[in-house]
Amino acid sequence: MNIHEYQAKALLREYGIDVPPGKLAKTPEEAQQAASAIGGTVVVKAQVHAGGRGKAGGIKLARTPAEAASVASDMIGMRLVTKQTGEQGKLVRKLYVEAGSKIDRELYLALLVDRATQNVAVIASTEGGMDIEEVAASTPERILNLQVDPLVGLSGYQARDLGLSLELEGKQIASFEKLLTGLYRLFLEKDCALLEINPLIVSGNDVVPLDCKLGFDSNALFRHPEIEALRDKDEEDPREAAAAAHDLSWVSLDGNIGCMVNGAGLAMATMDIIKLSGAEPANFLDVGGTADAARVTEAFRLILQDDRVKGILVNIFGGIVRCDLVAEGVIQAAKNIGVQVPVVVRLDGTNAEEARRMLAESDIDIIPATGMQDAAEKIVAAVAL
Amino acid sequence: MTPWISKQTKLLVQGFGKQGQLHARISREYGTQVVGAVRPGHGGKEVEGVLCFENVKSAVAETGANATVIFVPAPGAADAILEAAASEIPLVVCITEGIPVRDMLRVRAALRGSSTRLVGPNCPGLMCPSAQVRIGIAPPSIFSAGPVGVVSRSGTLTYEAVHQLSQLGVGQSTCVGIGGDPIPGTQFIDVLEFFESDPATQAVVMIGEIGGTAEEEAAEFVASHMSIPVAAFIGGRTAPVGKRMGHAGAIISGGKGTAQEKVAALEKAGIAVSDSPATIGETLLRAAPGLKR
Repeated sequence: MNIHEYQAKALLREYGIDVPPGKLAKTPEEAQQAASAIGGTVVVKAQVHAGGRGKAGGIKLARTPAEAASVASDMIGMRLVTKQTGEQGKLVRKLYVEAGSKIDRELYLALLVDRATQNVAVIASTEGGMDIEEVAASTPERILNLQVDPLVGLSGYQARDLGLSLELEGKQIASFEKLLTGLYRLFLEKDCALLEINPLIVSGNDVVPLDCKLGFDSNALFRHPEIEALRDKDEEDPREAAAAAHDLSWVSLDGNIGCMVNGAGLAMATMDIIKLSGAEPANFLDVGGTADAARVTEAFRLILQDDRVKGILVNIFGGIVRCDLVAEGVIQAAKNIGVQVPVVVRLDGTNAEEARRMLAESDIDIIPATGMQDAAEKIVAAVAL
Repeated sequence: MTPWISKQTKLLVQGFGKQGQLHARISREYGTQVVGAVRPGHGGKEVEGVLCFENVKSAVAETGANATVIFVPAPGAADAILEAAASEIPLVVCITEGIPVRDMLRVRAALRGSSTRLVGPNCPGLMCPSAQVRIGIAPPSIFSAGPVGVVSRSGTLTYEAVHQLSQLGVGQSTCVGIGGDPIPGTQFIDVLEFFESDPATQAVVMIGEIGGTAEEEAAEFVASHMSIPVAAFIGGRTAPVGKRMGHAGAIISGGKGTAQEKVAALEKAGIAVSDSPATIGETLLRAAPGLKR
């Protein structure tokens, strides 16, 4: 789960990290008031869950409160199209008005879990403010990687050494140590998945986060109601959110074959075989380890909300999931929500025979399949009709 | 290397709710010795024919359990793993899905240097058809005894591969689901090393998916350490790029993690890669033509 920059900066303050003064604004009037309260030149920043805002016109300077109001009235209601939003862009509903900063240098800093080493990794670079993936590709030697053993934690010397490698000096080193210590504590205590600061600026004796992207481990939200409360539903794909509410894992895609599969691996493999058979999947959908009739019905409902869907492939290999419960769901869905497109059903594993019998004895119109190849060929043929 | 599971496996169940009871029963019916269950507040009672204990320590002392399977819900699962490791159970298999990454970082750090092997979390567990040992949640009907070792990051895709093998008349020696979480207890390389040393295993099916670099590391291991043939499948060739990966994640893997790169690394290591998930069994037969079925 991701949050906005203004929310991330409030969390940074909670952890004793100095960030420039700033206020949230939802109208030009609020932006004007914020600018005059802050004083001097301010930066008006669109609050959307996407990177690349600056280049897309979502971050603008304002020298006076009146200018802040005028910038805000242009920005609120615009669709910000960055390289991370897709071409439809993101609607700007909120702005963050922040004091301008004197920028001597721009650095990059991120914390994440390193899967290979099973440590927390601090990634840093002197090349801040740029696309960090390009820096990694063209000048990998400029990417610093500090490994922190989660049992030992971050030591002060590690932070100071990294500061020296970032060519910081004098009082800047102490400022960086305080910053990184706070960030590491925040990262662990709040179960972050990714914490990225780009740019981290050097301003006189201080290092200051100018932007902050925070993502959280959704599996840990049960112990962080205060983070869950920061969720902005307007920023989420409505179908992914609806799916999540029913414990279904969903990703929207561009094809016309709806997929319902149990297990992420089999769901990806099902997308692969549809493509190999010459068609395109409309979605990735993992109904999870405890699929029952209610969830299967909900999954059908979600798939059918997409008008482009011309057929549905149900591919279930039961382990924990019982095929008979899935079959019951397919039958209920067909009866209750009126499925108007061809449905190919492949069921194997736990209670599969019982499930096949139930489907055969029901009066609903489904196309049974044996194995993945058969299932993929049948749905592709049915959709092509 | 001694087998991870055998006829001598004595299995404990941690988390004896609905799922724990169901799968304990299926494992017992398959022929596995299920010697006890840990269910705080129910010590001394018998549920579904299985004796319950208050904690792992007393269960191990009473039953001599040498393996445990964990169904404890996510908030308490890391604690259950640490409890099993504290009693020095050699094999701990965690089925639980959705454990916070931070909890697993702690568990992995705590297990460094420990004699306990953790498989999972978020995995289907292990199967050894010849010894009739089932640890986890796999459907027994699709398995048959034979010479092929199977290792996989995905549960249901493992069943798919095993089903194909059995239908082709090729049985399995040991199947290990290592799970799809970012911080697994056991990696591909650990299982491949075991298969290479296992006299019952003559060929290997390996099933990976996009994300991380575990398949690339496994490919290097196969090229330099393995003599028996390996076939593979990578799920997610058509998955959209970058859908769940943060920027910094892409840096640390040095641009690795796509299915295409994984397939290239595997093929370079001499591994036969199946393009379609429907041809995993056939690909193994092509890679190991002399296989005794």
